Amino acid sequence: MLKTDFDDARTEPYGPPEQHRELQSTNPVALLDWAGRGRGVWAITKYDDVRAVLSDFRFSSDRSKPDHPAHAAYSPGTIQGQIIAMDPPRHSLIRGRVMGEFTVKKVAALRPRIEQIVDEAIDAMLAGPHEGDLVEALALPLPSMVIGELLGVPYEDHHFFQTNSAIYTDQRATPEERTAATAAIREYIATLVDARLDTPGVDILSRQLAAGATRDEAIGLGFLLLIAGHETTSNMISLAVMTLLDQPELLQQLRDDPAILPKAVEELLRYFTIAEVGGLRLATEDLDVHGVTIPAGSTVWALTNTANRDPEVFPEPDRIDFSRGARNHVAFGFGPHQCLGQNVARLELEVVLQRIIDRLPNLRLTVPVSQLRFKEHGNFGLYELPLAW
Amino acid sequence: MKIIASRTVCIGAGQCVFSAPESFDQDDDGKVVVLDDSPEPGAALAAVREAVEVCPSRALSLVAD
Repeated sequence: MLKTDFDDARTEPYGPPEQHRELQSTNPVALLDWAGRGRGVWAITKYDDVRAVLSDFRFSSDRSKPDHPAHAAYSPGTIQGQIIAMDPPRHSLIRGRVMGEFTVKKVAALRPRIEQIVDEAIDAMLAGPHEGDLVEALALPLPSMVIGELLGVPYEDHHFFQTNSAIYTDQRATPEERTAATAAIREYIATLVDARLDTPGVDILSRQLAAGATRDEAIGLGFLLLIAGHETTSNMISLAVMTLLDQPELLQQLRDDPAILPKAVEELLRYFTIAEVGGLRLATEDLDVHGVTIPAGSTVWALTNTANRDPEVFPEPDRIDFSRGARNHVAFGFGPHQCLGQNVARLELEVVLQRIIDRLPNLRLTVPVSQLRFKEHGNFGLYELPLAW
Repeated sequence: MKIIASRTVCIGAGQCVFSAPESFDQDDDGKVVVLDDSPEPGAALAAVREAVEVCPSRALSLVAD
């Protein structure tokens, strides 16, 4: 039986692991040996099947179940009260209460503030030595500022958040380091929630509490928004900029026709599909996928990264094609757990690319892409993106 | 063709509003609101078809009149 330990390397160079591609064409519902865990895992690799699994609550997300592959015993840093770790009816209740915060209109209203944050970061880049690391200068601070402001985090605490959430998502960190970072963030958010219980403000946490969220639910939500809205967006920003500098013809397309920017953002999201382990589920009964019966109690892994390179849905899937207009990708997942903050991520990416094109005409890589260090296994991204401008 | 939208299964991702802003909106709770349930054949209908395809909770469908 094929083995996996969730650390198969990406290939070509950003696509899914070769093993997963082979499964997609030969064995799309495959039982693998999850060597590190001493049990099997069903790898789902076709686009349609991935969407089917992720939209079916019988493939459970409830991480309080001891058999769940993302149970806290296996995932340092998992905390209770997060909607990603719930099934209905609790999931429906809590997500339903918060989703009004992320409507297309509300997110669009953030644009001027996001533009201001990006412009200030670029001002600082232009005022300095004209070379440095884009992750540190822009890609990490922007999402951190945005989510911090949505949660009502005081500006002086942003550095604390950035440091600890970087450890939380760093696959090189030890389990002890990740557990400590989790505890620090959770404690901070608990303090924030308690302050809002005393004195409500004009932030998401205050409004959730007013709408009936319990203290634990507010903490879980604050934690999730912080972690999910931070590292992921940062990774996509740096990967997108790297791609445009490495493939100047793509950058030229955006210069020639800025109106294609939203399509370019979707295509870059599809191409990189940075969140790799969001599709872990537990089968709660015998369930049929693509004609194969997955027995109750099985671990199921819906591979969004491989699904987004399914040639039957995305012809020439390894080519970045801004004209594809592929809004049907599953980079944000699919089904009821699809990313809550996806429209914020899209907006941040769009503004960054637009401002970089407008304001940093000499932006260039200072090391070849082949020498960049990539974050693998969990959240794909770049540790640094050394540039000159 | 007529749009059927289930506000019960809607998870407020807003993908329909991106795909077909003439046909869909969201209320203050994020739930889908159908602005025009009978899109004209052509661009408007194509946009609604995309919205149906990308809706993550499969809350949308198009049925014959």
